[in-house]
Order: sequence, then C-alpha cells, then structure tokens
Amino acid sequence: MLGAGLAKGMRETARNFIGSYLEYERLTTVEYPEEKIPAKETARQFPFLVYDGDDPEAGLRCVGCQICEKECPPQCIYIEKSKEKKPDHMGKMQLYPHTFDIDISVCMSCQICVEVCPFEAIKMDTEFEYSTTDRFGGLLADKHMLAKSNEHYNRIHPTEASAVDAKRKNDREVAAAKAKAKEEAAKAEAAKSKTDG
Amino acid sequence: MLENIFVVAKQSVMGFLSGFLPEASLPFISSFLSIAPILGIFPLLFALTTIFERKGLGRIQNRRGPNRVGIPMTDIRIAGFGQFIADGIKSLTKEDIVPSSADKLIHFLAPVALIIPVLLMFSVLPFGKNLVPLDMKNGLLFFFAVGAASELSIFMAGWSSRNKYSLLGAMRAIAQMISYEMPFILSSLVVVMAAGSLSLVDIAEAQTGGIWNWHVFTPWGLLGMILFFIAAMAEANRSPFDLPEGESELVAGYFTEYSGFKFAIFFMAEYLGLFAALSVWITLFFGGWNGPFGQYSLLPSYLWFMLKLVLCIFFIIWIRGTMPRIRMDQLMNFAWKFMLPMCLINLLGAGSGYYIRQTFPQSPLAGWFFEWLVVGTALFWIWLELGDRIAGKALTQKREYRYADQ
Amino acid sequence: MQSAFYILALLTIAGALGAMNFKRLVHCVLSLVVCFAGLAGLYLNLNAQFAGLVQLLVYVGAVAILVVFAMLLTRNAEDAPQNAGSTDWYLGLGVASMVFLILAFAVQGSELGAAETGKLSDPSVKAIGKSLMTTYVLPLEAMALLLTSALIGAVVIAKGPEEGGKP
Repeated sequence: MLGAGLAKGMRETARNFIGSYLEYERLTTVEYPEEKIPAKETARQFPFLVYDGDDPEAGLRCVGCQICEKECPPQCIYIEKSKEKKPDHMGKMQLYPHTFDIDISVCMSCQICVEVCPFEAIKMDTEFEYSTTDRFGGLLADKHMLAKSNEHYNRIHPTEASAVDAKRKNDREVAAAKAKAKEEAAKAEAAKSKTDG
Repeated sequence: MLENIFVVAKQSVMGFLSGFLPEASLPFISSFLSIAPILGIFPLLFALTTIFERKGLGRIQNRRGPNRVGIPMTDIRIAGFGQFIADGIKSLTKEDIVPSSADKLIHFLAPVALIIPVLLMFSVLPFGKNLVPLDMKNGLLFFFAVGAASELSIFMAGWSSRNKYSLLGAMRAIAQMISYEMPFILSSLVVVMAAGSLSLVDIAEAQTGGIWNWHVFTPWGLLGMILFFIAAMAEANRSPFDLPEGESELVAGYFTEYSGFKFAIFFMAEYLGLFAALSVWITLFFGGWNGPFGQYSLLPSYLWFMLKLVLCIFFIIWIRGTMPRIRMDQLMNFAWKFMLPMCLINLLGAGSGYYIRQTFPQSPLAGWFFEWLVVGTALFWIWLELGDRIAGKALTQKREYRYADQ
Repeated sequence: MQSAFYILALLTIAGALGAMNFKRLVHCVLSLVVCFAGLAGLYLNLNAQFAGLVQLLVYVGAVAILVVFAMLLTRNAEDAPQNAGSTDWYLGLGVASMVFLILAFAVQGSELGAAETGKLSDPSVKAIGKSLMTTYVLPLEAMALLLTSALIGAVVIAKGPEEGGKP
C-alpha cells in the first residue's frame, strides 16, 4: 500500500525522538568541552618528548641526534645540540637537545619521527586542543611544552609503552651485564697482570 | 472576554486615535493595526521554528541539538533558545555580497518580490473568531493567486545570480511548483464544494460545533487532507520535496548567491509560505480556529489555531527528519500520475458523498455511515490500486539514463 | 479608488512599454509580468474579484512561467542583447491602432460601457459556475475538447518517433 513504508519510517524516527529523552545511552554525542570521550589507544595527534623520572630536563630521553629533524617531511622540527654531555639511562654519556621545537601548525602527524627515533624518545600524543589566539608563536611547541613523562605515555598508549619499557629494561640489563663482564674481565686482567708482574 | 481581547483592543485604540487624528488617515491606521501583529508574530514563529527544527532533528538522530547560546555575558543557557537571536543579528550584520556578473537590479528585487506575496497570503487567513485581516469573498482563490505570484521571484533570483546552481535550482523550483499547483488547488476544491464558499472565514465557520464537523472526518476530506498536505509540502519546497535547494547537489539552489539579510529573507519567505499553507490546511480540514469540543471551547479560538499550527510544525519537522529527498522524475511522476488523478477522483467522491447524505435527511448519522461505507471504500480501493499500479511502479522502477549509459 | 486607478494604469502601461523596449529578453518577460499584475490590480479595483484573481493566478502564475520556460529551453538567453525593435514599426502601429479602434467601438457600443463603474456588482463565483454549466456549457465543452487535443498533440510531438522502429 502506498504510504505504508513512510509510516514505518515515521515510527522509527518517533522512537528515536522520544527515546533520546528517556535513555541516555541512545545519545551518540557528548557535550564536548565539559564532557570528553576518552581517546582511543590508537589515537595519534602530534609528537611529544618522553622523559623518565620526575625532572623533565634530566630525564629527557632525546640525545639530539637530529635524525627526526632530517626525516621530517614538512620540516617542522628544529633541534640545537648541547655542548656538554649527560649520562643516559644506561649510564652512557650523551648529548642532549638544547633547543627542541616543533611547529604544530606545520606538522602533518605522519609519525615518521617516531619511526626513525632510535632512543624511543619521541612519541605521538593524543592531545588535540591546541587552539590559540596567536597562530605563529602559540603553535610553536618548545622543549618544555613537548616534554611529557613516561607515566603519561603509559597512560595514553599502554600496550606500546609497556613494550618500550620492557625493551629499555632489557637494554639496561644487557648493558649492565656487559659492563659487569667487562669489569670482571678488567679485574681478571688486572689480577693476571699482578700475578704476572 | 479573552475571546475578543484583540478585537476590543483594536477598537479602543481606534477610538482613542480618532479623537485627534484626521478622518482620512483612520483606514490606514486600522489596516496597520491588523497587519502589525502578523508581521510580529509569524517572523517570531519562524525564528522559533528554526531552533525547534534543529533541536528536533537532533533528537530524531539521537543527538542533543543546539543547546549553547543563552544570555550573553552570563552562564545561563536557556536550552539554546538564544540561538535564533544570535542568527538574526548575524544575518543582519553580515556583508551583502552581490556577484560581479549578476544582474544587479533583478538580484536586488527578487527577495523583495518574494516576501511581498508571501506576506500577502496571511491577509485572508482567519486566525480566530472575528480575527481575519481581510474577509475576502474569494479568500481561498486569493491565497492561491498570490502564492502563484511568488514562483516568478524564485526564477528572478535564480536567473539574475548568473550561477549554474542557482539557475538549475530555479528551474527545478518552477517545474515543481507549476506541477503541484494543480493538485494544490484541486485538493482544496472538495472543501469549497462542501462549504459552498471560497471565503476561508465561511469555511472555518462551516466546521463549528465539535470535532465531528471537521472536514477531515469525511472520506473525501481525509483524502483531500493528505493530498493537500503533500502538494503544500511541494509548493513550499519542503522536505522531501526540497529539490530546488538540495544542498548536496545544488549548494543552496536558487539562493546560492545571496548572503546576509537577503539570504535571511529567502529563508524566512520559505518558512512563512509554509506557515501560510499549513494555516490553510488547518482551516480547510481541521476546523480552523474551532476547538474540538463544540460549545465548550476551553481556550480562545486564536489559541486553538496557534496550537494546531504548532502541532503541524512539529509534524513537518518530524517528516523532514524521516524522509529522503526524492528524485526529479519521481517528483513529476507522482504529481501527474498519482496526485492529479487522485484529486479529480476525490472531487467525484465529494459529490457522491453529498448526494448520499442528502438521501438521509432525517438521520445524519446514517448518512455519515453510508458515506464512509460507499465513498470511503471506493476512495480507499482507488488509492491502493492507483498507488500500486501507477505511482508505485513509477516510484520504484529503475530510471533509464538515455545518454549517460551509452 | 481614483488614485489607485492611476497608479495601476501607470504601472500597467510602464510594464507594457518595458516589455517592448528592454534589450534583454528576460527583462522583457519580467516587465510583461508587471503589466499582467497591473491588469489584475485594475480588475480588483473594478470590484471584479474573481476575474482579477484568476488573472493573477493564470497570467502571473502560469503564462509568465511558460514564457520563461520557452525562452530558456529553446534558445540561449545569455546571447548578446540584440535590438528587439522591428524595422517596419509603422506596420505595427497601423495594426495596433486598428485593434484599439475596434476595442474602443466595442466598449462604447456595449451597454456595460454606459454603466457607471461603481454600480457594477461583482458576480459571485457560484453565479459564474452556474452560467458556465448551463448557458455556456457548449462553449465550455468545446474549449475542453480543444485543450485536451492540444495536450495530447503536445505529448505526441514531445515524445518524438518511437525508438526501435515500432509504428
């Protein structure tokens, strides 16, 4: 019958209309600034720099190797190396970035910097609310803005972060074992030379 | 007391003014006092409809809809009902852009030429008992004639913009409005036959005395109500017949090249035309300003009218939230192969219904029963047959693209 | 009423003049619509509601649209504006004056011409309908037949020859 399908459709929309007032779960949207949907684990927006411990300066994983700066397709990363060195998590003396800037307005969120970083120092953040009244200075993220703790990384990408942490722990253990072996070898060498001498 | 409050108010204002104003100016003052409330109330209703429509469509799609704009400088949101004021201020203060290749004069005249007939439509509508700005003997004809005059301004808007989308939208609009003009008029004729008058005031008065006297409760009235509503939707370019401004195809149709307040005028004219058509729909089939309980009116007549109008507005928002836009060939098939024959058959039904009732002069109930039995069954059967055989096939058949497929 | 008549008459004549003299075809059509609307206003001013409203409905609502469609679908309306004026205007002048004379004699000769304008009453739609269905039923039916045949003819012409060689 002509019009029967229309009546069926009208019934469906009426059910939605009334249901949206009665059942909160029906609503597919949230009221954004007050209420936010938690970011998905796979969400990626802009890069940030990971640091360990409590001090963003001392714990920064970045060694200023500039690989990401060279690989970045839109050339949005600017790095200045430091003159002096500081020990990294394995106790090795490394340089660190004196300046590390990312121009958020240029970044295209390609994640290539994350792929190429050998030190697990740069990762993708889920933060997206960068709106500012100053479109040049306000969108240029410096080292202090970019540095975020490893706990933050563990919170936004737990699976990936635990894998990274395990790898770094393994690295440290291997390095420690190596150092120990070396030390022992040196000790043995010294003992040998003592006995020899 | 409440029933005649507007009439009494106008008389007292006129009595007060006649004390010191010259005699010759009084007819103008009187007309102004009749026109001003219409110019105030219906644009306000339009503004409220825009926000209700957005909220309603949101709820239909399981969203919240706009609920932010409230009183400025405070945190009070009044559920988003400040939105229409913000929209009004925005469109008033926006830059008015006229395309450099446009026909400037016609481009300017089109919105003016559109809003005048649309506002004129309201002049013959009976909003309540004794509440009609102009009690015209041929009120219904006036409504249709003035409505037909608005078609040309749509063409003016589309042609003068020098834009393909505008012109296509205008051509679609004209083709659609011309096609549905006929069912629009013919479907209302059954009521004219029943009431024996073209005056909308007389038609409304013919339905006094309770809900069972409304024309929608006769078989031809029911069918006429449905046909008139469909034709009115098409005349007002309203979903699902919003092809002239199909935003997914034609940007905004005939008013693509309009901005600022001229755009707002087009927008408003469309809604005001819709309100006028719905008001006529109410007057023809749903008893106009009559309450449903006979002599127990409960509410003043104008409030009954507004209540019915608001219910109609909710109904069309509901329809807009439900139905997809139909295709141009479906539109034409539906107009000429279903609506027009149905309207003509309905005229026959109204005539035979009249004679069936005449044969039972003593008992109106028996007349009513036999009318439904004979005319109602016949019209229902024709609806099914015509709907399935002609319109159903035309609406569902695959379209043949004569040139694109080769 | 007198001033309304002058305004409407001016509007009608201006519209008619514009329809003749504008360079662009669309402007001519729109000007013609002004002329139609002015005529409708004149009818209404003469207390002939039905005639005036039907004039509005048919001429402004339908005939003008028909002209617009014919214009936009048959030739390119965006052509360079051409001079619409004809060279043999004196011939037209002769025809126009003859039509005017015939109309003037007819109006002067009829009894309606002698009646005072204010005294003419508006025939109700009911009365018009009744006389159409009784006194003038034959012309009405003949007209209906003519229009139907014209409609069918238009459909046949528009459809063109059947594809696939079927007769």
